[in-house]
Order: sequence, then structure tokens, then C-alpha cells
Amino acid sequence: MTEAKKTHSKSQTEPVQSATFTKAVNAEIRRAADTGIYDIRGGGAKRRVPHFDDLLFLGASISRYPLEGYREKCATNVTLGTRFAKNPIELDIPITIAGMSFGALSGAAKEGLGRGATAAGTSTTTGDGGMTEEERGHSNKLVYQYLPSRYGMNPDDLRRADAIEVVVGQGAKPGGGGMLLGQKISDRVADMRDLPAGIDQRSACRHPDWTGPDDLEIKILELREITGWEKPIYIKVGGARPYFDTALAVKAGADVVVLDGMQGGTAATQDVFIEHVGIPTLACIRPAVQALQELGMHRKVQLIVSGGIRNGADVAKALALGADAVSIGTAALIAMGDNDPKWEAEYQKLGTTAGAYDDWHEGRDPAGITTQDPELAARLDPLLAGKRLANYLKVMTLEAQTIARACGKSHVHNLEPEDLCALTIEAAAMARVPLAGTDWIPGKGI
Amino acid sequence: MTTLDITSQDMTTIDLTEQGLRYLNETLQQQSAGTNQQDWTIINPRGSHAIAVGLDAPIRVTVNGSTGYYCGGMNKQATITVNGSVGPGVAENMTSGMVVVEGDASQYAGATGHGGTLVIRGNAASRCGISMKGIDIIVAGNIGHMSAFMAQKGNLVVLGDAGEALGDSLYEARLYVRGSVKSLGADCIEKDMKEEHIKQLAELLERADMDADPASFRRYGSARQLYHFDVDNVSAY
Repeated sequence: MTEAKKTHSKSQTEPVQSATFTKAVNAEIRRAADTGIYDIRGGGAKRRVPHFDDLLFLGASISRYPLEGYREKCATNVTLGTRFAKNPIELDIPITIAGMSFGALSGAAKEGLGRGATAAGTSTTTGDGGMTEEERGHSNKLVYQYLPSRYGMNPDDLRRADAIEVVVGQGAKPGGGGMLLGQKISDRVADMRDLPAGIDQRSACRHPDWTGPDDLEIKILELREITGWEKPIYIKVGGARPYFDTALAVKAGADVVVLDGMQGGTAATQDVFIEHVGIPTLACIRPAVQALQELGMHRKVQLIVSGGIRNGADVAKALALGADAVSIGTAALIAMGDNDPKWEAEYQKLGTTAGAYDDWHEGRDPAGITTQDPELAARLDPLLAGKRLANYLKVMTLEAQTIARACGKSHVHNLEPEDLCALTIEAAAMARVPLAGTDWIPGKGI
Repeated sequence: MTTLDITSQDMTTIDLTEQGLRYLNETLQQQSAGTNQQDWTIINPRGSHAIAVGLDAPIRVTVNGSTGYYCGGMNKQATITVNGSVGPGVAENMTSGMVVVEGDASQYAGATGHGGTLVIRGNAASRCGISMKGIDIIVAGNIGHMSAFMAQKGNLVVLGDAGEALGDSLYEARLYVRGSVKSLGADCIEKDMKEEHIKQLAELLERADMDADPASFRRYGSARQLYHFDVDNVSAY
């Protein structure tokens, strides 16, 4: 028997892990079976999707000459809101800070964002929780989000904003509302939102007093009338149907369209929503630009793209595809100290690791950014956080300039699709640029 | 002084058709607390949208005719009376002051209002008081379905009947209905009318200049069962 068993074991097949039922999939099945509730997290889509890394710039050659790196100017300024607003926003750099709420973030984190953005010559944005003194006081240019929940919405803050962003959706969850767990609803957060402290708070997914583009046009009229037609009105949409959403936003009277791909998102929602609803940022840009061009509105209605912007190359690629500016959220938090390995021991205690921590909604952030816990929040020095963010924004800008000069552009807005090629067929099709080394743009029939 | 008074007298009426929406709102928004020009009349509104929005002074504005969307939107301090009916979102996000509608109101009346008083002497359509955050709304007639959806704070008083799913996903707003309620929404229940509620309701009715016996109303509020996510409540979400 013993001999036979040995022989049998020698001929056993190697255990094979399923590509469908991976360890992570199985763990999630067990977690769901244990708890009876879906996984909620922040952080945008984590799955691999075609992205800016799948594009390359061609640079200069015999037919294109470059600009001198440190001598010839490559401008980076951008003006947002030139269509209707009396007071468009002038920014030094084409990188803005995306909307993140006080509530989701601590007051000090909002201050840090304001300080960093202001030092770098750009704007920051409120979120689903009203405007705080920390961010208004420290943000030279502040965009006030007009959200379905209308938490903290009031005409005084509307008038002291520099622009108004009507949020229709966001990339992580096009069609979804917000969720802030009770442990983050401190007395101050509750007071700003007119809700009892400590309850799990669900934000609406639809605006309460308009539906559809015709209503939106009237809503925008009202906001303009309240604010004397002074402020640029942005419309933010999640990456879903970018061609139609952009066209409808223009029709409704937007000055600026903000388009957020599926990799974007600091707000909490179901993992299944984040990973399975919405389209990649890369796939959003060309259809949106096409809509603007067909309406004769490209560069007249500005396009801000967000969702997974990490460095100057991403910025340059988004601009080359036709965006006027980009917006960052997750990257700004990382710059300020989120997911820093120096907190690894504490991430381990939370059952995660630095770089993977995404339970921002639970308020236990070791970095003290996505929390309302006074002890944790005290870990973030808003001055230092602001300095770090400003440094990061400047590096991104320098990187984008470096690429633009290499392509012979005296302004980053002069970058164009012709400067790009793609490494993969998927990216070539989405970005509508040729596969590297070919003149083939999939879907273009050439 | 006499000349000034005559000038002021001439400026109290704004013809919307002749003078335009921008002039109307800009003029009314420029009024401050100490203005001599406390009474304003708007004629020929003809269903226009965004009439008398963003006001921030204790002035009295009378609109003679019916309006479109968002009449009195984001009002502060002003008293706005509409001698007609109003379109969707009347007095949306009001923070203080009073808006009185002599006729009927379309959808989302008083949506997200943070304060002030909205009086509707006719009926209000669906989603009256949606997401209200401190406003008091008193409706002489009936209200439509899904009214007080996600209502957070304030009081909704209805002298007539309420449609389906009243107070769905309600937070801490108080709902007082004298007539029938077709159905209650998720987490909305009937609650006892105690002395404090009778007293509060009497004050609200008096403010709205409505004659009704507070004791003839029923009170509805949140059961507070959905305040914390619980998988056993999943059918309610």
C-alpha cells in the first residue's frame, strides 16, 4: 500500500489556481458570506485598464524641431470659463485639485489642499459637505460644488466662490450617490449637513429639483442669476457617454465640462460599482473633444479631464488629446502623505498595506487625511502638506513642459494627437492615435 | 426729498417683459436692509424662470402672475408673494424669509430649503419638501407622491391629503397631515401628537395665516431604522 501511494503521489498533477476564481475573488466570496454586505471603499478603479501609460510622445525629428529646454518659453497658463462668465478663472498651470468633501477629509487636509493649490497657482474644489473656512481662507481660487445632497449649500458661499461646479456624476460611480459612515459624522460635519451626528449618511444620486438637460439649462440660469453671471459654471460628469454628455452639457450652458474617468474617485462606494460601472479616462477624452469640435466649442467651453492623473506625462497626454486642463484627487492626497509607507505598521493593523489602503470612508486613516478623528487629524501639518502638494504640482508642470518642448510646443495647449502614438491596439482605438510604428488607428478604417 | 420719493415710487414696479430678468434680479439683489424701497411689484412674469432669486434683504416682493422654475430660489430675508401658480422648485434652498404662493406649486416645492417659510395656498405636486433641511412648508391643499423624500429638518404641514410614499428615507423632519396619506415611504411612521407638537403646529398655521385645528392633524416622522446600514434591512434600500 505504502509503495503504491508513493507512486500515485509522484504522478499527481500540479495544483492550478483558477484565473477566474483567483485568491482575491475567493476571499471576497468568503467575506461576503461572512458579513452579508458588499465591500465599500474609496480610491477609484484598481483594475488594469488602458491608460496614459499606453501612449507615447513621438518628440521632435527632422520634420519637427524642439524648443530649448531652459531658454525657450513653454507656457502653461489656462483660462477657464470664457464662454459666459464675467470673471473667468485664470490659472498658472493646467492642473487643478478635484472636489473632495470636508467630512471625507479633515479640515487640516482641506487647508493643505488650499495652500498647495494656491502656491502652485491653481484652484481647489469643495465637495459633498459644504464650504469650510479652512479651504476658502487658504484657496486663492475655489470651485464650489453644487451637488445632489445640497449639504451646506447657501447663497453666501455661492457668491464667495470663484466658480460653481454642478456635479452630475463622478468617474468612480456614474449614477451613484455618496456614503459617509457614522464614525466620520462628527458634530461639526453633522451640523454642516443638517443631519444627526453619528448616523450613516447617504447622499442622493440625483439632483432633487431638476432632471435632464432641459431642466439643467434652467438650473444654470438660476445659478447665474443668483451670482450675477460672474462665475464660471462647470458641469462634472462621470465617464459614461462622454460624447453625448459633453454635447448636452454645452447645450445646457456650461462654461466648463469636467470629465472624470473610472480611475478617479476618493469618495466611498461599493467596490462592484467602482470596478464595473463607467469607462476609463483614456476612453473619455476623444469623444468629448469630438463633441466640442462638432459644436464649434473646442477651447471655448473648456474641458477638464480627471481620473488617474499621476505625473506630467499624463497631463501632457490628456492635453494632447484635447483637454484644456486636468484635475487630481487621489494623487494630491498621496502627495500630502496618504498611503505613505512610514505608517506601514498601522496599515498592517487595519489589515492592509501602504499603497493599498482605500477604506478612506472609515475615518481611521493613519496619515490623518481622510478622518475626523482629532488625534489622527493632528498628524497632518497643513503647512507641510501644502508645501508637498505645491512641490508635486510644480514637478508635474515641469514634466509636462519638458515633453511639450520636446514636441516643439511653446504652450502645453499646442500639444496635439499627432504628437502621440499608442503601444496597444486598445489604447490606439480609445485615444484615436496610431499604433506605434504604424499609421493604423483601429476603428478609423485607415 | 420729494423728488427722491417720487423716483422711488416709480421704481417699485418692474415689468419683466419690458425690463428683463437680469434687471429684475440685479435690482432686487442690490437692496440692503435699510432700503427705503421695501415694496416691489413684478408684472408680466409670464411663466419666466428664476424670478426673484438670490434676494438678501427684508423687502416685500409681489409677483402678479404665474412663474416658471425656481421662483424665490435661495431666498434670504425677503417676503415674496406670487399671485398665481409656480413652476418646479419654488423657494428651492431658501435660507430665511417667506415665500407665499396663492395658487398651486409644481414639483420639488421648497426643495433642500434650509430655513424660512414656504406657504402654498393651493396644492403642491410631487416631491414637495424633498431633502428639506430646516424650512417650514405649509400647504393648504394636497401634496403629491414622494413628498419629504430624504427630508432632514424642518416641518411640512399639509391641510389636505398626501400622495404615495410620504417621507421616504426621512431623517429628522416633522410631517403633519390633516387628510389622508396614500402610503408611507421607507422608514416613515406615524407618531404621537404630543402637547409640544400641537403647540408647534398652531404656531406654523398662524404664521401661514391658515385656520385649522392643530388637534385634527396626524404626525409622521422617521422610525430611524435606516440610520445605520444593516443587511437585514436590505429590502428597504
